[in-house]
Amino acid sequence: MSQVRKQTWRFDHPIYIAATGTVVGPLEAQGPLSGHFDKAYKTLDCGEKTWVEAERALMRRAISFCLAKAGKAEGDMDLFLAGDLMDQTVTSNFIARENRIPFLGMFGACSTSMETLAQSAQLVDSGFAKNVLCAVSSHNATAERQFRYPTEYGGPSNPTQTFTVTGAGAAIVTREKGKVRIREATIGRVIDWGMGDPNNMGTAMAPAAADTIWTHFQDTGRTPEDYDMIVTGDLSSVGSPILNELLIEKGLDITRVHQDSGLMIYSPEQPVNAGGSGCACSAVVTYGYLFKRLAEGSLKRIFVVATGALLNSSTTKQKDTIPCIAHGVVLESAKEET
Amino acid sequence: MLNDPKNYSENVKAFQPRIPYVKNSLKAFLVGGLICLFGQFLETFYIHFFHFTKQSAGNPTVATLILIATLMTGFGIYDKLARFAGAGSIVPVTGFANTITSAALEHKSEGIVLGIATNLFSLAGAVIVFGVVSAAVLGIIRLFIEKAF
Repeated sequence: MSQVRKQTWRFDHPIYIAATGTVVGPLEAQGPLSGHFDKAYKTLDCGEKTWVEAERALMRRAISFCLAKAGKAEGDMDLFLAGDLMDQTVTSNFIARENRIPFLGMFGACSTSMETLAQSAQLVDSGFAKNVLCAVSSHNATAERQFRYPTEYGGPSNPTQTFTVTGAGAAIVTREKGKVRIREATIGRVIDWGMGDPNNMGTAMAPAAADTIWTHFQDTGRTPEDYDMIVTGDLSSVGSPILNELLIEKGLDITRVHQDSGLMIYSPEQPVNAGGSGCACSAVVTYGYLFKRLAEGSLKRIFVVATGALLNSSTTKQKDTIPCIAHGVVLESAKEET
Repeated sequence: MLNDPKNYSENVKAFQPRIPYVKNSLKAFLVGGLICLFGQFLETFYIHFFHFTKQSAGNPTVATLILIATLMTGFGIYDKLARFAGAGSIVPVTGFANTITSAALEHKSEGIVLGIATNLFSLAGAVIVFGVVSAAVLGIIRLFIEKAF
């Protein structure tokens, strides 16, 4: 691996995503990307007794789809990198208890999807692992319960509020030739520009996304024209225009290629206020829809920047502001490499 | 200039969606009003058919509203109503019932004592505290005014 300036890693070896697995809940299945997921549960409880177990079922199924598509077993994996939004990332821990793969738990809030993917690629590139399984999950009801109110509580909603995506995404990172290649990763810095409203994460996270995207273009010397898409994690309809404006002020216009996972996964008519959020938001969009587009070659190169708000429910009540982060991974179609 | 970390929270206001206060107030007025109208209907019903007095009819009226709101919470309807009504379904006693029932449902998985009983008033607790405190303060004020005149 070689480091391109301070924050960007360029992988020396060809690193591929062998296969992905994506599972979503009922509302995501009604969205515009419904056909691109491996499974959609009809109910939010996923047939389990508690929300916590429902989220675990999501991650378990996403992993089993991923392994099956790659034709591999749990025993073939050298490492398992996973994270979620629950306290102490229990979903990941408990799945690791089942699959017995050597495990590194990760947390970067909603940026965990790209954090795990970047770290997996780095471990495979450096030769410490041959096959790495990475996974993230989020569940609307477990997130609501932890960060906001009980599921059945009827409170007013704010137009800047986002809606946690119910789902899980898994990917296998390997040196074996595949259809999608991981080229680079840009690791974000924690940015806090003084926003403290937990119901307005898009505004809080936009500067972090802007920082990572700006740094990426500085490090690599590329321009937005070199990308078919720059996809942010969950800036929503509020944060996306702010991101574009922040970059335009610095002379970098990505509006033509920018999309946000939180706006791709739901249609505007769905009751999600500003859009989707959560670890699974960027994960299912990337591993479901974008992975397919890259594999078939209709997208050549994309930059996925997952954004995370690194707060808990106490810090905002204690009037602290929200530290935010964004990690980006460059994915390329490897269809024409053969 | 948006790239100004010190004044970001101020400068970013231009990018925020406007909250439709008038529309929200109208919806809250409509639904909250309808709930109260229904409560009035219940009270009149209890006075006419069960011979409660105007003073004592409040108890069965509130109990009935709480029962209905609790059932609606359990069947997953109340939060959908609230999404439309906003404050209209929070302010009446039915909103109070919803906070308690939803907390109980949410923490059922952690057991009856440490789950349900401990968390039952996690949302409603603040309402009770301020309700009791303000009642006590107003009671004392009233006592002094009565003694003075």
